[in-house]
Amino acid sequence: MSAAPIPSAGRIEIAEAAIRLGTGAAAFEVVREIDLAIPPRQFVCLLGPSGCGKSTLLGALAGHLGLARGRIALDGQPVAGPDPERGIVFQQHTLLPWRRVIDNVAFGPKMRGIAKPERLALAREFLALVGLADSAELYPPELSGGMQQRVEIARVLINRPRILLMDEPFGALDAQTRLMMQELLLDIWTRLPTTVVFVTHDIDEALFLGDRVLVMSARPGRILEDIPLAFPRPRGRDLVTDPDFVALKRRCLDLLRPRDGKPPLPRLTPLGLPLPGAA
Amino acid sequence: MSAGALGAPALAAGPTAPPRRWTIRPRLSLRRLATRAAALGLGLLAWHLATRLKLDFGPVTFRNVPTPAEVARAAWALAQSPKLGAHVGASLARVLTGFLAALAAGIAIGLAIGRSRLAGDLLLPPLEVLRPIPAVAWIPLAILMFPSSEASMVFITFTGALFPILLNTVHGAEAASPRLVASARSLGAGRAAILREVVIPAALPSIVTGAAIGMGTAWFCLVTAEMISGQYGIGYFTWESYTLQNYDAIVVGMLLIGLLGMGSSLAVRGLGRLAMPWTPGGRP
Repeated sequence: MSAAPIPSAGRIEIAEAAIRLGTGAAAFEVVREIDLAIPPRQFVCLLGPSGCGKSTLLGALAGHLGLARGRIALDGQPVAGPDPERGIVFQQHTLLPWRRVIDNVAFGPKMRGIAKPERLALAREFLALVGLADSAELYPPELSGGMQQRVEIARVLINRPRILLMDEPFGALDAQTRLMMQELLLDIWTRLPTTVVFVTHDIDEALFLGDRVLVMSARPGRILEDIPLAFPRPRGRDLVTDPDFVALKRRCLDLLRPRDGKPPLPRLTPLGLPLPGAA
Repeated sequence: MSAGALGAPALAAGPTAPPRRWTIRPRLSLRRLATRAAALGLGLLAWHLATRLKLDFGPVTFRNVPTPAEVARAAWALAQSPKLGAHVGASLARVLTGFLAALAAGIAIGLAIGRSRLAGDLLLPPLEVLRPIPAVAWIPLAILMFPSSEASMVFITFTGALFPILLNTVHGAEAASPRLVASARSLGAGRAAILREVVIPAALPSIVTGAAIGMGTAWFCLVTAEMISGQYGIGYFTWESYTLQNYDAIVVGMLLIGLLGMGSSLAVRGLGRLAMPWTPGGRP
């Protein structure tokens, strides 16, 4: 794609990071002792049980949550607040319902002050990239969940972020759509390589997508294991029956098996605690 | 809107599923329309009989109430008199001025309260004190405060329309989803852009509802104010008809007030739908 030059870098460094949520006596530490370096253009999957703080860590990378201790830097620059260079795709429902699909995708360029004809042309290019050139004039509620997530991806990538943060982006989709979206994401990532941090609790998804899987413990979340994935790309669906894949899946299952028999914790979000009234 | 997979609404099967179209409210069947028309006819008949027979129940009497035919004659007479335009014009101008001022103030203050804790702490307590005071109770003070009776009537209209608009705007601005705000910030939106692109559109359905209610209360308050301090206007016309013992015209004035109030509320809702093409009712 001519209009989308490859981002300059995208190295993430996290040192002794800890994040606290809640206020006063109800405050608690969600993640602690996170030490992590991610080289540019690596596809990293964060895998962990519900409520372990993987989305919280993603929120801190996006700049929506502050650290209690430690530091997070992108290409040497400390993370302070949200920035289009650190694009984030939420699980669902973050498109502006009052803007047509094309205007949603053109939102970032509009914020940069790019004139309307140019930004709409750019948005059309990115909509074509996610296979939605024909849906430009529709409003988001008219799209299926999978189509909405494609728009989300286009809307974030149009800003040419140095890192792409994804919070269970396919978690609300049915199984078949999810597989299709995984392949689409890999295809896009091949064409527009960026550093990706992909949060999921689906082991197959993490192993299928990533260059590397970080398995997190239950709360307070720490990184239990750092598993490099050497499966060749492009990857096809038959990978999931590969004996090496199955062996790694067994290892992840062991790591994620709850040890104390406690019920799973409620899901956290990249914005902190779950919103009151949200399911 | 809810976070989390469990609360997710049922989504269409896949990316290739046909786009979901908004459904239009089904039309009423002919039979139900006929029933409704018959109900109106029955009401008219009851009115006719009660006034024709000059029914007298003791505490309430229909002896001085005009019949539908007399009212129709009076309406016809008013329609042909040049006074109609002057009365309706005066009332419309007052309502529109007061309503537009209330719309501007209500939306501005409402957005400030809805988005800033400090603005809420500063503005809400005095407003909460003023809110329970009915606009009609302002009339004596308004007459003292505004040398021109025209301005005092517009002020009463303003007071009546302000609170429904203000409170609905606050509610709408508070309801803007934190996730929409957060994702807009991650796409490069600053404070002003968040307000313009996220908060105001999110609050717009509430604002339109508040404006339609405010339009209704504006008419209610105007008519009362006109009865007391007017020279022209529908409320003045109604009261003048009473003092001149022109009883047929009283009901004409009442019906006219009802029609104008309903018409302007419908106009507000119609304009609101035009401003919100993304809502179910917003597209043809």
